[in-house]
Amino acid sequence: MVTLVSLLQYLVSGLTNGAIYALIALGFGIIYNATTIINFAQGEMVALGALCAISFYHLEPSLPLAFLAGTGLVTIIGLAFERAALRPVKDPSPITLIIITVGGAVFLKGVAMLLWGKEAYPLPSFSGNVPLNLGPATILPQNLWVLGLTAALVLGLEAFFRLTLVGKAMRACAYNPRAARLVGIPAARMVQLSFGLSSALGAAAGILIAPLTLGVYDMGTMLGLKGFSAAIMGGLGSLLGGVLGGLVLGVAEALASGFVSSGYRDAVAFLILLLVLFLRPQGILGGRK
Amino acid sequence: MKGLLVNRWGLFAAAVLLLAGVLKEDYYFSLLNFIGIHTLLVVGLNLLMGYGGQISLGHAAFFGLGAYTSGVLTAAYGVNPWLALVAGLIIAGATAFLLGVPALKLRGYYLAMATLGFGIIVFIVLNEAQPLTGGPSGLAGIPSLSLGPLALNTPRRLYFLIWATVGLVMALSANLVDSRLGRALRALHDSEPAAQSLAVDTFALKLKVFIWSALYASLAGSLYAHTLNFIAPSSFTFMFSIKLVTMVVLGGMASIWGSLLGAAVLTVLPELLTAFHDYEVVIFGAILMAVMIFLPRGLVRGLLDLWEFRNYKRQGGRIPV
Amino acid sequence: MLELQNVSLAFGGLQAVEDVSLSVRPGAIQAIIGPNGAGKTTLFHLATGFLAPQAGRIVFDGQEIQGRPPHAIAALGIARTFQLVQLFDHMTVLENAMVGRHRLSRAGLLSGALRLPRTRTEEKLIREEALAALEFVGLADRARQSAAVLPLGLKRLLEIARAYASRPTLLLLDEPASGLDAAETDRLGEMILALREQGITVLLVEHDMALTMEVAEEIAVLNYGRLIAQGPPRAIQKHPEVIAAYLGTDWQA
Repeated sequence: MVTLVSLLQYLVSGLTNGAIYALIALGFGIIYNATTIINFAQGEMVALGALCAISFYHLEPSLPLAFLAGTGLVTIIGLAFERAALRPVKDPSPITLIIITVGGAVFLKGVAMLLWGKEAYPLPSFSGNVPLNLGPATILPQNLWVLGLTAALVLGLEAFFRLTLVGKAMRACAYNPRAARLVGIPAARMVQLSFGLSSALGAAAGILIAPLTLGVYDMGTMLGLKGFSAAIMGGLGSLLGGVLGGLVLGVAEALASGFVSSGYRDAVAFLILLLVLFLRPQGILGGRK
Repeated sequence: MKGLLVNRWGLFAAAVLLLAGVLKEDYYFSLLNFIGIHTLLVVGLNLLMGYGGQISLGHAAFFGLGAYTSGVLTAAYGVNPWLALVAGLIIAGATAFLLGVPALKLRGYYLAMATLGFGIIVFIVLNEAQPLTGGPSGLAGIPSLSLGPLALNTPRRLYFLIWATVGLVMALSANLVDSRLGRALRALHDSEPAAQSLAVDTFALKLKVFIWSALYASLAGSLYAHTLNFIAPSSFTFMFSIKLVTMVVLGGMASIWGSLLGAAVLTVLPELLTAFHDYEVVIFGAILMAVMIFLPRGLVRGLLDLWEFRNYKRQGGRIPV
Repeated sequence: MLELQNVSLAFGGLQAVEDVSLSVRPGAIQAIIGPNGAGKTTLFHLATGFLAPQAGRIVFDGQEIQGRPPHAIAALGIARTFQLVQLFDHMTVLENAMVGRHRLSRAGLLSGALRLPRTRTEEKLIREEALAALEFVGLADRARQSAAVLPLGLKRLLEIARAYASRPTLLLLDEPASGLDAAETDRLGEMILALREQGITVLLVEHDMALTMEVAEEIAVLNYGRLIAQGPPRAIQKHPEVIAAYLGTDWQA
């Protein structure tokens, strides 16, 4: 039965998930723009961010500190990954890079499993669990945190890329790496920066969603793949596209799983991805070639 | 050259027979059977990835299609297992065609994601379509294959069937690589425009190889179903597709014998180190990264290259003409 | 043999080729020259199917070929080399040439895998013809070498051998002399003349003026995507617009 209440409910959960996908998609997009590499390990940053924050919270029960700690640690991991796994590559063909980053993702997931086991760990919601009423539907405070913080991060990124010198330098690298190097922009630094930024975004996404879905060692795989799907749907290379793709994917998935069947939920997301790839691979906002 | 090839296959047959004579316990035959099944999968994937340069992160799906077609038809409908195997080939081949036509127009990351998405969708369907597939708890009661009156229901008997199949498939694949289309495939990997300029229909060729590798996988799946007499979706996950890619990479992309090596090493290793199990994921990931970074041509060629390089340096760096 | 009729193609705001009409006579050696970026390689891509024109027609042996995929056009008998050498680096010199025989052989997936007798006969023929092509360019002694280790001059020859092996009626050479020294360029010139003697029509894009003037019977000059002159070498050398295109208008002939 399609009721307004259920529709609104699906919209809420869909937008929440969509915001997470958007953050992850942004992570993919930033690295892609700086390096034309797709970092399949991005999803693992989400899981590691959540798990690190949870562990930190156990040591020091302060959510803001846990957030910072999680994000900070994962940023370091992301930088280390770029340095150790990607820079030494002699023949950076797409197939090589795909395999390396997939290997990296698998490796990091394995490490997470060794360190945290297979259990699911909780993280307290940022501001309690008292549901709010949005018309006939109920919404948890954490949903608002996800949407709000995502919006803030997206706006922050926009400002960074448009207004700061470093951000503009990164965009320059994306448009024309050779010219950027000629005017003195250090390409290697920009690559590092892109990895650091993406990892931080991934970690943030993980920490935001952990109160709702719990932190588990393998939460990154699906989220990463869906985040990448969102990036492709929005148009690889377009940051706004990544955000749009994420939101569209989240809502479409929620509606489909609500009205069709929840077991096939993930299948729906990938079906949408296949359709986009086959019919309009450049995505909604038509990425760069 | 021809004499050498005859020797290689002769050695292969001899080794297979020798092992059958020397080994006693079922455990070893079971292990060898799994190596054989994995080899079938890896050879097919290698044709596609190693020789053809196309990436597939969803190969487990074709393995699953073969296994479940055989499983469902024989267990639920009493179809003759050999016919069911052929049905599996048809279904896998048709699916590969339907997926390949739109997907193989894509390159690099897009193709990787398309195959990955496909693989996950198939897994979810196998998991969810409980009335048909038995769902997550799997499908039991799959009958064994039989050659006339002889039921192939022991690891030892299956060993002969599986390794005869492996030998045949490897020989066919080796022939293919050296044939007109095999050259065309390797050519398109090195330079697709140049291949096209020599009248190679690169899209059609990619599609043919994609279907061909799916057929190998389906064959492996059917054999797998009749070996275990039980199948579950958990054998056909994304992680298994990654393991297959790891086997290709480790043994050596574009190497038929390398496929056997990669399959053997990565099937035996988890068995040798029982403590390995928790570390399995980490080790697979580490292997993928390490091999691609340091020995991108795989274990065999990579080590041979290193050996040649050491000799070259020892000779004072003279290049033999 | 090959006719371009009012062919135009623009990339976004850049008009790469504008209303170009060109015809290549059977059995001739013709050249296309022009400053960098004039659209010469774009014309090659248009004639061989790697690009499709937005306007105009391309006719080969009476058939319209514009917009057809590259492998279909190659199957008709047009072969080409590339500005940046595109060899099959993971294959030997001989195997590279053998791929050249692709359009003249037929073995499919199944016959290749099974190595049927008729396939084995075909393979023998492919190998012989490929060796003959290598002999034509003088690379037969390097047949077993990996294509990747050849010096540039020999790589270019191998590309020609590979194209030659496909028995084309029309051969398009894209800057074949680029990166070659004087001796190698001479050898190339002889090869081009020998190709014509075999009945192959040659269309050449070149920057090396000496080579072009020596082998080409007719030269077409492109500048900013437009055809500004066409004629025998002598006439082109004296053509004011050609001189202006290369040297600027401050110079007088």
